Amino acid sequence: MDLTRRGFLKFTAAAGTVGITNASKSVRAEHRKPVSPDWLGVLVDTTVCIGCRKCEWACKDFHNLPTEPIDKYENKAVFKKVRRPDAEGYTVVNSYDNPNNPEKPYYVKVQCMHCNDAACVSACIVGAFTKDERTGAVIYDAWKCIGCRYCMAACPFQIPAYEYQNALTPQIRKCNLCFSNLSKYRKQPACVAICPMETMIFGKRSELIKIAHDRIRKYPERYVDHVYGEHELGGTSWLYLSGKPMWEMHFKHYDEKPIPAYTETIQHSLFKNFLPPLALFSMLGSLMWIFKRQEQREKKQNNQEGGGK
Amino acid sequence: MSPVRHGEYEPVEKKFLTPGVKFLIAIFGVGMIFGLYRFVFGLGALTNLNDQYPLGLWIGVDVASGVALAGGGFTTAALIHIFYRDRYETIGRPAHLTAMLGYTFVSIGLLFDLGRWYNIWHPALPSMWNFNSALFEVGACVMLYLSVLYIEFIPVIAERFIGSAPKIIDAILGFLDRILDKVMWFFLILGVVLSCLHQSSLGTLMVIAPYKIHPLWYTSILPLLFLISAIAVGFPMVIFESILASKSLGRKLEMDVLRPLSRMISPILGVYWIIKIVDLTIRESWHYVLEGSLQSYMFLIEFGIGVTLPLIMLFSENVRRSPKLLFTASSLYIVFGVLLNRVNVFFIAYQPQFAVRQYIPSIGEFMVTIGLIAALVLLYRAFVTIFPILPAQEKKA
Repeated sequence: MDLTRRGFLKFTAAAGTVGITNASKSVRAEHRKPVSPDWLGVLVDTTVCIGCRKCEWACKDFHNLPTEPIDKYENKAVFKKVRRPDAEGYTVVNSYDNPNNPEKPYYVKVQCMHCNDAACVSACIVGAFTKDERTGAVIYDAWKCIGCRYCMAACPFQIPAYEYQNALTPQIRKCNLCFSNLSKYRKQPACVAICPMETMIFGKRSELIKIAHDRIRKYPERYVDHVYGEHELGGTSWLYLSGKPMWEMHFKHYDEKPIPAYTETIQHSLFKNFLPPLALFSMLGSLMWIFKRQEQREKKQNNQEGGGK
Repeated sequence: MSPVRHGEYEPVEKKFLTPGVKFLIAIFGVGMIFGLYRFVFGLGALTNLNDQYPLGLWIGVDVASGVALAGGGFTTAALIHIFYRDRYETIGRPAHLTAMLGYTFVSIGLLFDLGRWYNIWHPALPSMWNFNSALFEVGACVMLYLSVLYIEFIPVIAERFIGSAPKIIDAILGFLDRILDKVMWFFLILGVVLSCLHQSSLGTLMVIAPYKIHPLWYTSILPLLFLISAIAVGFPMVIFESILASKSLGRKLEMDVLRPLSRMISPILGVYWIIKIVDLTIRESWHYVLEGSLQSYMFLIEFGIGVTLPLIMLFSENVRRSPKLLFTASSLYIVFGVLLNRVNVFFIAYQPQFAVRQYIPSIGEFMVTIGLIAALVLLYRAFVTIFPILPAQEKKA
């Protein structure tokens, strides 16, 4: 009996080795892909926005989503509730109290942040999400998608939305930075183009970061000294300037560590050149050989067959 | 597959259509009506899933728990064929059958959950491989492992039909059987390796949500915990099924095999218990246990009833001698504990920032899951009456 138990503990140890090695390795930060200075982005100045929600209309219009006429969007009653982007609207504006001026609340537009190192891109089982190398837009290929919704669980900003009512060809829906428009015409995303207040600036992310810091330097009383999206989770294409911390307006306070770094270190050490699986295979193979020989020797000694009976 | 000679296993001679079986068929039928509803009207019509809770009961139970509980297959295969403990030979085939049917149903259960289910084969296309994705690793390993499980079943089919099948099939089966006899060691080891890989990667899945998973469960060693718990639940699951099958088919309990098997549970479960304690201590997360939230209660039930209680019980010789106590301690509690752990990790611990309320599975989701489990039990029964899977027993005088 003792032998069996020892043997099994050995097996447990053998199998666990893989897990332990990857656990210890995950502590070490992995080298991540570099961020291109040419990637495009949008800088949102939430202190400028008046909450007209024309961007919501323009987004639906551009993406052929069902929408009410544009004049209905003036209705401020929608701000009573915090809304989230969904499969029928890739961007929404929410309203938050302004401690300095109760008359003029802060309005914050929400949409896909187009992370530099996106969780959805890393998570997708079939690579349906890609970070476009030229524009930096995170785009989705419905043709590949199997509809598992793991991207939704992975996204720290909870952005990908799913067409739950579509039985046959449901898709993941989210802002694509008006990618088709961008790549063809180099124009602006629909929401940026329509904004009457010029709340948003569209351009190279690297330049937007400079603009943002310039503004903070010029008007320190107007802004919190933080460009949201510059470092959060490895940086995002959408950047925010705000009058009060973004984490008081439903944008979480995140570390700089990109989400994929959490899992990819584990995955990649587990599969490094296929060595760990091969090592486990050969270890089990050797054990099999050793135990088989031992068993045969015992059988010979006892001169009896079938220990199982 | 096994060195046991022909005649040591035999199909169970038992009428298939009993009242219990009819009841299971009814449950399965009801489940499939709900399932059909999902395919016609979409996930939104049947389930309570939403943009905040994209993963629910079907992923937590049908897929994640299904994979864990089918782990009896690879632990038993390792015990019998790698460690050569051939006293356990007789539980090999039923354990393998359970794994084969279990993984088959994991795949079927997944079809209900996948929005674009007809694309389920996409991960097999090299052009779509994403080596960064833990889910891809799980998918690839499960697909391969399922194939290995089917291959390992061929000798049983051969044993059943050689001599009674048409000539051509007879020849094919004989040919396959001879080849497999030479290379089975490869598939046996491959099965164990693939199992270790995907059991652990299943734990990696939720590591991708550090800001959503409750700290009682979120740890970078989730893959290790998943692997060890899958190993720990293997034998309890075998005992659970063996006792259940014996009762249901009116056979003698195989206590002479189950008792020594139960001795191996506590060391593995003990290792799991210690790692879990150390992990929670290092992450300074013990205070969450008493925070009074749904998550804290679920954790207490999972860790108390599912891990600690059976561990204490298994140390007692009285428990290991009594089939009834063995059934409760080793099997029910541990199986329940691992099931609850997967459910907890996949949707109780999942706390999205913008959720309005906790996701509670709909009646329809439960019915589909229960229906699939009923089908699994039915198929197990059908297989043991058709194929030589359970050890031959002395005929009652």
